[in-house]
Amino acid sequence: MNAPITIEGPSGTPDNRERLVVIGNGMAGCRAVEEILARDPARYAITIFGAEPRVNYNRIMLSPVLAGEKSFDEIVINPAEWYAENAITLVSGDPVTRIDRATQTVIAGSGRAEPYDRLVIATGSDPFIIPVPGKDLDGVVTFRDLDDVDKMLAAAEQGGTAVVIGGGLLGLEAAHGLNLRGMEVTVIHLMPTLMERQLDEAAGWLLKSELERRGQTILTGANTEEIIGKDGKVAGVRLKDGTEIAADIVVMAVGIRPAIGLAKEAGLDVERGIMVDDHMVTSDPAVMAVGECVQHRGTCYGLVAPLWDMCRALADAACDAPSGYEGSVTSTKLKVSGIDLFSAGDFSGGDGAEDIVMRDAARGVYKRVVVKDNRLVGAVLYGDTADGSWYFDLLRKGEDVSDIREALIFGQAFASGGALADPNSAVAALSDDAEICGCNGVSKARVVATIKQGACSLDAVRSQCKASASCGSCTGLVESLLALTLGDEVQEGVKTLCKCTTFSHADVRRLIREKQLKALPEVLQELHWSTPDGCAHCRPALNYYLLCEWPGEYQDDQQSRFVNERMHANIQKDGTYSVVPRMWGGITNPTELRAIADVVEKFNAPMVKVTGGQRLDIFGIKKEDLPAVWADLNAAGMVSGHAYGKALRTVKTCVGSEWCRFGTQDSTGLGVKLERMTWGSWMPHKFKIAVSGCPRNCAEATIKDFGVICVDSGYELHVGGNGGIKVRVTDLLCKAATEAETMEICAAFVQLYREEAWYLERTAPWIERVGLEYVKAALFDDPDKVKRLAARFRHSQQFMQDDPWAERAAGKHAELHQHLAEVRPFQMETV
Amino acid sequence: MIGDWLDIGPVDQIAPGHARTLPVRGGEEIAVFRTLNSEFHAIVNQCPHKQGPLSQGIVHGGVVTCPLHGWNISLKTGEALGDDEGCVPVIPLRVDAGRIYLLRSAVIGKRATAA
Ligand code: SRM
Ligand SMILES: Cc1cc2nc3c(=O)[nH]c(=O)nc-3n(C[C@H](O)[C@H](O)[C@H](O)COP(=O)(O)OP(=O)(O)OC[C@H]3O[C@@H](n4cnc5c(N)ncnc54)[C@H](O)[C@@H]3O)c2cc1C
Ligand code: SF4
Ligand code: FES
Repeated sequence: MNAPITIEGPSGTPDNRERLVVIGNGMAGCRAVEEILARDPARYAITIFGAEPRVNYNRIMLSPVLAGEKSFDEIVINPAEWYAENAITLVSGDPVTRIDRATQTVIAGSGRAEPYDRLVIATGSDPFIIPVPGKDLDGVVTFRDLDDVDKMLAAAEQGGTAVVIGGGLLGLEAAHGLNLRGMEVTVIHLMPTLMERQLDEAAGWLLKSELERRGQTILTGANTEEIIGKDGKVAGVRLKDGTEIAADIVVMAVGIRPAIGLAKEAGLDVERGIMVDDHMVTSDPAVMAVGECVQHRGTCYGLVAPLWDMCRALADAACDAPSGYEGSVTSTKLKVSGIDLFSAGDFSGGDGAEDIVMRDAARGVYKRVVVKDNRLVGAVLYGDTADGSWYFDLLRKGEDVSDIREALIFGQAFASGGALADPNSAVAALSDDAEICGCNGVSKARVVATIKQGACSLDAVRSQCKASASCGSCTGLVESLLALTLGDEVQEGVKTLCKCTTFSHADVRRLIREKQLKALPEVLQELHWSTPDGCAHCRPALNYYLLCEWPGEYQDDQQSRFVNERMHANIQKDGTYSVVPRMWGGITNPTELRAIADVVEKFNAPMVKVTGGQRLDIFGIKKEDLPAVWADLNAAGMVSGHAYGKALRTVKTCVGSEWCRFGTQDSTGLGVKLERMTWGSWMPHKFKIAVSGCPRNCAEATIKDFGVICVDSGYELHVGGNGGIKVRVTDLLCKAATEAETMEICAAFVQLYREEAWYLERTAPWIERVGLEYVKAALFDDPDKVKRLAARFRHSQQFMQDDPWAERAAGKHAELHQHLAEVRPFQMETV
Repeated sequence: MIGDWLDIGPVDQIAPGHARTLPVRGGEEIAVFRTLNSEFHAIVNQCPHKQGPLSQGIVHGGVVTCPLHGWNISLKTGEALGDDEGCVPVIPLRVDAGRIYLLRSAVIGKRATAA
């Protein structure tokens, strides 16, 4: 199958037919010929040039060939007889090297020259090779034609390891094939989610988990630096972060570029692809182009469906019955056996677009449809793609879906069921023993009975019969039953965490623990989030809950952090930042003051101010200057004051027994110790501490989250105070005899608050909600409780007490502080 | 590619869910966003409310939440969503072979409209 074939058409007979020459014996080139023959078989004398030494085959089936599910013979579209029967001259294995438009001739590598009256360019695409060192080594292959497949099969026969660069459709199909052929496969993908052009974050995460379960190693967010060679052959791949992966073969599948070289040299108009009009005619009326090599109305395609439409328009025009091509909407399916995945249209969200998301964690299903102006504009399906073609049809036709909107996500059977399009009547039609909640095995009859016995809200149903209390996927059904049974009397439940979920903060915290959820996309999927990637309310909350639950394990998600916490400084109204270094217990010294003074001068800070938290605030620093400012402050021994964080802020102290004539204990020293213990800790909200040396309370300890009032006999510990918007005076929690005991109880209280309060709930509203008695019981009921909580706090502090400024000053996340480039309009260049 | 479009560098300069800035001398600073789905958008880096730096907001779906007072701005149209009203100019952007391009005329054009 790899020897060049030339099939000569009839010769000698006088032929006054027009001469049609096609460059490219691929999917579009041959289909164009088929379409022309179907319209007017006698019109053209046809010659096809193909660079590949073989007849025309179905390129998309190369993946099943690689995976061993098909043979080459099974994927041939037009065998040699087809060319002969239609009197087509096929020149294969001899690529065209030049088009001479002046003489209307094409010239092939062998020197063969072929005159044309009409030329069709159908050269397809070339695989894109990333320009890294080692890209030319033996053993680096692409995935485009049968020769590539042969190279992969030869390598797979030796076993060993394969690295596939690129986690798009092609890369994953290559990885799957090589994996089935017994190789150990690693996929390296630059983006954080697989197939990011077709899938959203949620579906990408499901796909990744499934491939990993099958034994592939998937590295996302991984940037290839070099392909390592040994004796001229591939030996491995090195990533920018220094990781090295051994490889006997490297498949480069990072994308394609339209093959426009010939057209460009011939002086035809090209941009990204060869420019064609609606009749597939290029800038030269005698030259047409079709397939992946063209650019039509600004778009280049990389899938076959558009080719079929293009070829029809091309043939209509070539046979003088022009119809015109208007562009295509495309859909994608991944050809990896056992993985059902479908995507179509635009699912980027935003602008009046509305997402409808359904997740069924038990079945591993994720479905998302995007509706805009009452029309379906995009769909992503994972795990259950039965309705893919129905959605695609709705999408292409642009039909108004407002009538079936409520039921759209449940699929065709449900949505087109007339009366059933109302989800409530669909639920009403269910039999009494129909299972509503799969997790807890609760039937419809039981849910209805629970409601009739007085459960008037979702929350009441959840607590009384457990329906919808676990994964939440049946929440919609339970809500329908509430509506059907009670009509208007349904009560709003507890506030949900945000509009993306039906769960409350408490539910989410509990489920993260129970289900051992350790990553953000995992929470969204398992708890059936109704949006693809959450919102500005739930992302920070979930990030905190995960961080608190899995100290040392969970990877903080920068994108889920509010700007101040991401930048480790406070944003100001003009977009500059303020910088507050920690001054332990409000104490400072000449070195620190000098360093601050130097920073103020060096960076021209317009103001430096004593804060209400007993330290200094430097204002007006640009984001670009922050790392340098921090480096200077670090050099003087200062660390971040977290004045920006949902975290420990300040520990205010008074002078205490060291100096004050009324002081009973060393309040300053204790304050410093408390601050050293608690700094760096992330909390549900900001947290402030103060220590006053006597009941005159100069440090205002009774309006702090944790306040200590020193007395002769020891320490009074106060909690739940708040200045600010709604002033709340602290409650007395207990008395402690020693500094050590005070520290231990403080650690335990902080941890209890961290583990149980809701995100953005300060200690004051938290204690108002749960009651002081609850807090006391949680701490003191059993003599070990304080010890256990404090131990958990200390454990988590091991991972928290790194100065975030030091990291940044050392260059981490430099991109957050630098502009991309600067545009100078007069030269119009970037620097 | 060259000509009408201004090459501002490779896509991996911006992490998903983040934005970076592009000051324009004599014009308005531009914020270039990359959503969690790795779609790219460019808008003027100024909230229609009180000029908050949108590049510093939290990105979710195709929306950025302004860091100053929480307006939600569509990255595609530049319009404020929900009850808020206002719009920031959008700069046409395209990605080609791993690089980001902005429409030249829109990059400087903004200066004219700002005047
Ligand atoms: C700088 C400072 C004012 C000053 O010049 O003294 C300040 C400045 C801000 N405060 Fe404050 N607060 C400052 C001490 C206080 C105090 C006094 C204290 O801590 O003893 C209070 C009352 C005590 C309390 O928190 O209970 C205070 C109660 C608030 C509140 C209301 C909190 C509440 O629970 O009601 C907010 C709003 C919020 O957090 O949501 C707030 C929010 C803010 C923010 C972060 C507003 C914002 O979101 O941008 C201000 C940031 C300015 C900046 O860029 O630095 N600030 N703020 C003080 C910094 C202390 C420090 O060293 O870290
Ligand atoms: C492994 C794989 C899996 C795929 N899976 C899918 C899928 O599931 N769904 C889908 O829709 N699409 C899929 N595609 C994409 C699909 O195959 C292409 O969209 C389609 O083949 C494009 O057709 P074309 O004729 O434009 O290009 P091609 O089919 O590539 O044909 C171009 C031909 O022109 C030849 N040629 C180039 N230059 C010259 C020259 N100078 N002289 C002579 N000949 C020349 C080439 O050798 C080639 O044979 C897949 C592609 C690959 C590689
Ligand atoms: S009191 Fe108001 S204006 Fe003053 S710093 Fe605090 S938040 Fe800003
Ligand atoms: S400046 Fe953006 S919301 Fe106020």
